[in-house]
Amino acid sequence: MTIESESSYLPEEQGTPAASKVAGFLRAMGAVVWKDLSAELRSRELLSAMLIFALLVILIFNFALDLDPATRREPTITAGVLWVIFVFAGTLGLNRSMAIEKDRGCLDGLLLAPVDRSAIYFGKALGNLVFMLMVEFIVLPIYSLLYNVNLFNPGLLLVILLGSIGYVAVGTLLATMAVQARTRDILLPILLFPVVLPVILAAVKASTGFLDGSEMDVIRPWINLLIAYDIIFSAVAFMVFDYVVEE
Amino acid sequence: MIKVRKLVKRFGLKTVLRGMDFHADQGEFVALLGPNGAGKTTFLRILASLSRPSMGRVNIAGYRLPDQASAVRRRLGVVSHQPLLYGDLTAEENLRFYGRMYGVRDLQSRVAEVLELVGLTPRRRDLVRTYSRGMQQRLAIGRAVLHDPDVMLFDEPHTGLDQDASAMLDTVLREVAARGRTVVMTSHDLARAADLASRFDVISRGVITASVKRDEIEPNNLLAFYRQALQVA
Ligand SMILES: Nc1ncnc2c1ncn2[C@@H]1O[C@H](COP(=O)(O)OP(=O)(O)OP(=O)(O)O)[C@@H](O)[C@H]1O
Ligand SMILES: [Mg+2]
Repeated sequence: MTIESESSYLPEEQGTPAASKVAGFLRAMGAVVWKDLSAELRSRELLSAMLIFALLVILIFNFALDLDPATRREPTITAGVLWVIFVFAGTLGLNRSMAIEKDRGCLDGLLLAPVDRSAIYFGKALGNLVFMLMVEFIVLPIYSLLYNVNLFNPGLLLVILLGSIGYVAVGTLLATMAVQARTRDILLPILLFPVVLPVILAAVKASTGFLDGSEMDVIRPWINLLIAYDIIFSAVAFMVFDYVVEE
Repeated sequence: MIKVRKLVKRFGLKTVLRGMDFHADQGEFVALLGPNGAGKTTFLRILASLSRPSMGRVNIAGYRLPDQASAVRRRLGVVSHQPLLYGDLTAEENLRFYGRMYGVRDLQSRVAEVLELVGLTPRRRDLVRTYSRGMQQRLAIGRAVLHDPDVMLFDEPHTGLDQDASAMLDTVLREVAARGRTVVMTSHDLARAADLASRFDVISRGVITASVKRDEIEPNNLLAFYRQALQVA
């Protein structure tokens, strides 16, 4: 039974306030990412749900649309199907990742920590991004094999990265809002899809461009749009997250 | 240590706290007593900066809420209705995670110390989802004392604990108070509160209706005092 009298276990504020603030921000963000990854590594609930769903969508598209092999390899079809998979599997992941925080009141536990709350947002978003990218990089080779299209195009990979960042940036914020509600499973897509539409549109256009070998001049505006969207939404989330989580 | 003036909290049209005044000096152990729905949890959530006041002033350890919330949170330990733990992490990992969030020094040894304190050392490598309710509550207490906070808020902390664990919690509470920490604890167990607290405040329909110091009242009269305080409202 020892609680040491006197000593506080919290570190003294050291260095310039700004430097220690940044250090604290990164430490908290890293802790949140580490926590999400190690919990997922153990349960694999989130990744397996996303993957099974993704694979089912690939198969269903094939049978439901009954495409002949040539049409199946059309860049527009490929880009469309891929982003449908990513968007819906992503929603599944986002919902699950916030449900974990609600489970035993953990979100309150996070909010009690003496860190800038945007560190929590960025930690959650980064974890979600890692999960989404993992699913995408498993889906791509499988899709390539099944439909005999080469998806290992650096441009396409860049678009997938940029699109996923934008999707997760908005998705993490809205999932945090939705988790307070009873109907969170349907609330998230209803909130998320309209807001994230520009990202999906730009991502599909840019992906199609890279797949059919369009000129860079045609693709560049879409890439720029994606980058702008990523920056704007990370900034918005950074500013409003505190208000979203407090009742 | 804690100063609250004219605190109002509304949820939509419903007013839960109606201009509540409250203060607690350093080292005071306040038992907050009141019927279900009186606003005890709401009040503690505002002190914990989890909920924004609709009106009124809240000051903890010299910092204002909500604008200096981060400084307040450093000095705050909270045990709430829910354990605030991750089921897919072990007890040790949960504490290590929260320790990092608070920037606790010598984390490894501090975690071991806290696990020993709450009697979970033998189960430290088990996933929290496999814990019983009482074990989760023990770990929740460990999480709250991990960074040795100046102000501790306990919302019905004895719920779900067996005799051993209750005794452990009482020891923790007494030790925390003996070291000059400020404690606010809600409880429905008057006998237990009478044992631990240095002051008793009764809250009813969102205001404090009565307050009495331990040395001003016989433990046996606490129930009568409580009943009477409820009738005032
Ligand atoms: N998020 C919320 N939205 C709407 N009303 C709420 C919310 N939280 C609490 N209330 C209302 O505020 C009132 C006080 O609730 P509170 O949980 O603070 O009571 P309490 O004193 O802790 O009760 P108990 O002894 O049962 O724990 C209740 O009428 C409750 O319905
Ligand atoms: Mg309560």
